[in-house]
Amino acid sequence: MFELSSPGRSAAQLRATGIAPRDLDAMIPSEHRRDDVLETVDLAERDLVGHVTRLSARQYSVDLGAYPLGSCTMKYNPKMADEVAGLAGLAHVHPAADASLTQGWLELLVTLEERLCAITGMAAATLQPAAGAAGELTGLLLMRAYHSARGDARKRVLIPDSAHGTNPASVTLSGYQVTTVPSTERGLVDLEALAARLGDDVAGIMLTNPNTVGLFEEDIETIAELVHGVGGLLYYDGANLNAILGQARPGDMGFDIVHMNLHKTFATPHGGGGPGAGPVAVGESLVDFLPGPRPVRQNDGYAWATPARSIGRVHGWHGNALVLARALAYIETHGAAGLGEVAEHAVLNANWMRRRLAAILPAAYDRPCMHECVVTATALKDATGVRALDVAKSLLDEGFHAPTVYFPLIVDEALMIEPTETESPETLEALAEALERIVARAHSDPESVHAAPQATPVGRVDEARAARTLVATEDMATRAGLR
Amino acid sequence: MPTYLPHTAEQDAAMLRFLGLEHMEDLFAHLPAAVRLAGGLPIPEGRSELDVLDEMAVLASRNVAAGLTCFAGVGAYDHDIPPVVRALASRSEFVTAYTPYQPEVAQGVLQALFEYQTLVARLSGLPIANASLYDGAAALVEALNLAASTTGRHGVLISRGVHPHWRAAARTFAAGTGHQFEEAPLVGGVTVWPTGGRDDLAAVVVGYPNYWGFLEDLAAARALADASGALLVVAGDPVAAAVVRSAGSWDADVFVGEGQAFGTALSFGGPYLGMFAVREELVRRLPGRIVGETVDVAGRRAFVTTLRAREQDIRRERATSNVCTNQTLMAVTAAIQLGWLGTAGLREMALRCATGAHELAERVAQVPGVRLASAAPFVREFALHLGRPAGPVLAAMARRGILGGVAARGLEPPGSGGGERDDVLIVTVTERHRDRDLDAYVEALRAAVAS
Repeated sequence: MFELSSPGRSAAQLRATGIAPRDLDAMIPSEHRRDDVLETVDLAERDLVGHVTRLSARQYSVDLGAYPLGSCTMKYNPKMADEVAGLAGLAHVHPAADASLTQGWLELLVTLEERLCAITGMAAATLQPAAGAAGELTGLLLMRAYHSARGDARKRVLIPDSAHGTNPASVTLSGYQVTTVPSTERGLVDLEALAARLGDDVAGIMLTNPNTVGLFEEDIETIAELVHGVGGLLYYDGANLNAILGQARPGDMGFDIVHMNLHKTFATPHGGGGPGAGPVAVGESLVDFLPGPRPVRQNDGYAWATPARSIGRVHGWHGNALVLARALAYIETHGAAGLGEVAEHAVLNANWMRRRLAAILPAAYDRPCMHECVVTATALKDATGVRALDVAKSLLDEGFHAPTVYFPLIVDEALMIEPTETESPETLEALAEALERIVARAHSDPESVHAAPQATPVGRVDEARAARTLVATEDMATRAGLR
Repeated sequence: MPTYLPHTAEQDAAMLRFLGLEHMEDLFAHLPAAVRLAGGLPIPEGRSELDVLDEMAVLASRNVAAGLTCFAGVGAYDHDIPPVVRALASRSEFVTAYTPYQPEVAQGVLQALFEYQTLVARLSGLPIANASLYDGAAALVEALNLAASTTGRHGVLISRGVHPHWRAAARTFAAGTGHQFEEAPLVGGVTVWPTGGRDDLAAVVVGYPNYWGFLEDLAAARALADASGALLVVAGDPVAAAVVRSAGSWDADVFVGEGQAFGTALSFGGPYLGMFAVREELVRRLPGRIVGETVDVAGRRAFVTTLRAREQDIRRERATSNVCTNQTLMAVTAAIQLGWLGTAGLREMALRCATGAHELAERVAQVPGVRLASAAPFVREFALHLGRPAGPVLAAMARRGILGGVAARGLEPPGSGGGERDDVLIVTVTERHRDRDLDAYVEALRAAVAS
C-alpha cells in the first residue's frame, strides 16, 4: 500500500462528537508527547479498496478450490457462521462486563464446553487457549500441575517421531524433556520401544490419533495401559479429530487430556494463519486444575468460577470467543448424526484418493487410512529427478492448492493429502487426473515440472535470499535500496 | 439435517465399491471394537442453519452489555470500524486461506502481513515486528521467554501497572519456564522501581500508558534494565502511540501490545491481536512468523515467511516458541484499518480519544465523592476513586444504559494499610463518544454514587 501513498490524501472520516477540540500540548506534557508525526500511509479510500482487492486476487483460499493440505483440515467454512460472528449481541460485548450483563455469552460457552466434552468423552474443558499450540502447552501445564499436586516430580514426555513440531516445542516450554518414540514399519507407535522408554519419571505421552501418517493407532488400549501403568498421563493432540467424529472418542481410548483445533475440525475459517481456537478437555482427575475463570451454570443463570487448584489464566480474556461461537453453530447444525457423517466422508475421500493414486504415487503405508493419506514420491524422484516439492508446485499450476510436503519427517519425499469431506468425488477425480498429468510430464519433460509454477502470481520464491538479507518492513526495503 | 457434503448416495456407494467395501462403517473396521462409539454422540440432532441462527440470536439478545454505551477499556476498545474496512477484511480470500506455506499462491496474505509489520514497527519505534501473536497477554509471555533466552536469566521485575490478566498469564506459563516474578508497586498511579542494578533480571516490564491509564517516566525503568543487564519490555497501547513517545524512543528492547483497537470488534475478548516488535539484534530469537521481501525466479518482487529455522516445525524442541497458527486475519485487518485511517486520521482518532477522556475526567471530578486517582498524565483512560465500592456503581450505571468502566484493584502499594481498595474504576473514552454520551455518563455516575 505504501507505493500508493501520497501525503495529504486521507480516507478516514470520523463522526462528529460535539466535543470542543483541545490542543495535544495541553493534555500530554512534552516529556511524553511524540515530537514528530507518526507517518503511516496516506491513501484515498478508492486506492485502499483497489490495493486490498488486488492482494486478494493473489491469494488462494478454500472458497476458490480444493485445499488438500494434510494435517490442516481445510474444509469448507459455512457462511452461516460468519453471520453468527457478526451478531451485534455477540460482537459488541466488552469482555470485562459483569456476568449479569453477558448471560448469553456465558450460556454459549457453557453449551460449547458440554458439546466438546460429549464429542471427546471428557469431563470438563477450558475454552481459553487461542490455538492448537496454546492448547498443547495448556494441557502439558495441566499434566505438570497434576503430578506436582501428588508430590511427583516427573521429567520426561514421550512423543512419537511422526509428531507435529508444536508437540516437542510445547514440551520444552512446559519444563519437561522430550523423549522420542520411533514408529514401526507399519507407521504406528513401536510398542517395544515405547515400553523401553517408560519409567516413573515419565509425565505422559502426547499422541495424535489418527496419527500424522493418517493411520489409527490400533494399539491405543495397550499404549494407555503401559503409560498409565507407570503413573503417566495420555495427551491427545486433536489435530486429526475430524477423522473420528461420532466414531470413537479420545476419552474412551484412555486419554486424560485432549486439545481440539476448532479451526480444523469444526470448520471455523483459518484466516490465512489464524485466528484458531484450541480448547482443552480433561478427565475427572484434572478438572480442578483447569484454567480460570471458567463459565459455569449457577442456580438459574451463569457465572464465572475459578477451580480450586487452577493453573491460572492462559489468555488475556476468555479465549477466541467469536471463533468459539462459530464452532458451536457448526456443531448445532450438524448434530450427532451429521458429525458422524463428516468423519465417514473425510475417511472415504482419503481412502479413495489413496487407492486412486496407487499406481503413480504409492502410499507410504499400504493400509486403510483415516482422514488423510501420506504418499511418497521416492520412486518418481529416482526415475525422473522430480521431487515432492516439484509435484506440489505443479499442482498450483493445475489450480489446486498443494498437499503438505516433507511432513511427517519419517516418510521420504512425503506428500500428505487430506481431501476433507467437503470435496466432491468430481473434484477428487480432477485432482487425481492433475497428479497423473504431472507424473506423466515428470517422465516426458522433467524440466517443465522443475520450472513450475508458471501460472501463479509469482514463480518459485528465493527463500534463501529472504533469510540472508532480512527485509521485513517497507523501511528496511528503502534502506536496502529496493525502493 | 443440513449438510455441506456434496456426495450423492450413488457416489457414496460407488466410492465404497472402489475400495472393496460395502458400508460406511467398514471404513472404521480396523479400529479396536472397544473404542468404537456405540449409539452415536450424546448431543442433540442437527437443525437447519436458519434455526440455529435463530438460537444464536436469542443467546446474543441476552447480552445486555451489547446495548450499553461502552466506557470500558483496559485492552479492549470500542472503536468505530468503517464499512470499507469490514468489507475488505471479510473478503473470503483472506478469511478462508491457510498459513502461507506455498508463497506462490499466498502473495495476498504475505504482502498484507509485510505491510502490517511495517506499521507495527513504525508504531512501536522498533525496527522489526513479527506477523502477530494471539493477543497482548501472549505477546508478553513470548517477550519474557525471549528475554530469558537472551540473558540466560529468569528474573522478571514487572510493574503493577501492567494489565493484571497479562501478569496472570505470564505467571501461568512460568510454571513451565521457571521465570521468577517480582512486582514493582505503584504510588500515585506510577511505578516505583528499586534503585541499583540486579544480577538476576532477564526483563523489566512496564506499561505505557499503564493499565490504569497513566503515563510514567520510562527512563527509570530503562536505567534499572541497563544497570541489571536486562531487557526493557514495554507493554504499550498502539492507539496512544500515535500521540505519545514510542517504545523505541524510550530505548525499549521489546514492544508488546494489544492491537484489537485497529478494526476488530470487542468480540467478548477474542480473537484479538498480539503485537510484537524488537530491536534488530534480537531478530533470531523472535517468536512466531515473520514475512520478508525477496524475488521470484523471474526477479519479480515476492514475499515469503522467513527466518523459518527458529520455528517449531523445523527446530522442534529447540524452537524459539511453540506458536504456529497466530492471528493473521486480525493483523491483515489492522493493516487495512491503519490504511484507511492514514497518518492524519490515526493522529486525529488518538487526539479525539484523548480530548474526550480529558473532558470526561474534568466533568466527573465535579461529582461529589469522585476524584482522579492520580495527577499523572493520561491519554484516553484514567482511574477514578469513587469513595464507595465500584461494583454496585457499575450495576447502577448499567441500568441507565452505560457500561461505566472496569472495576479494578491493586492501584496502591500492597501492605499500605486496609487491604486493597475496591473503589477504583478505570474509565475509557474513544472517538465514538459524543458530547451527549459524556453528559449521560456523568448523570449516571452522579445518580449511582448518590444512591
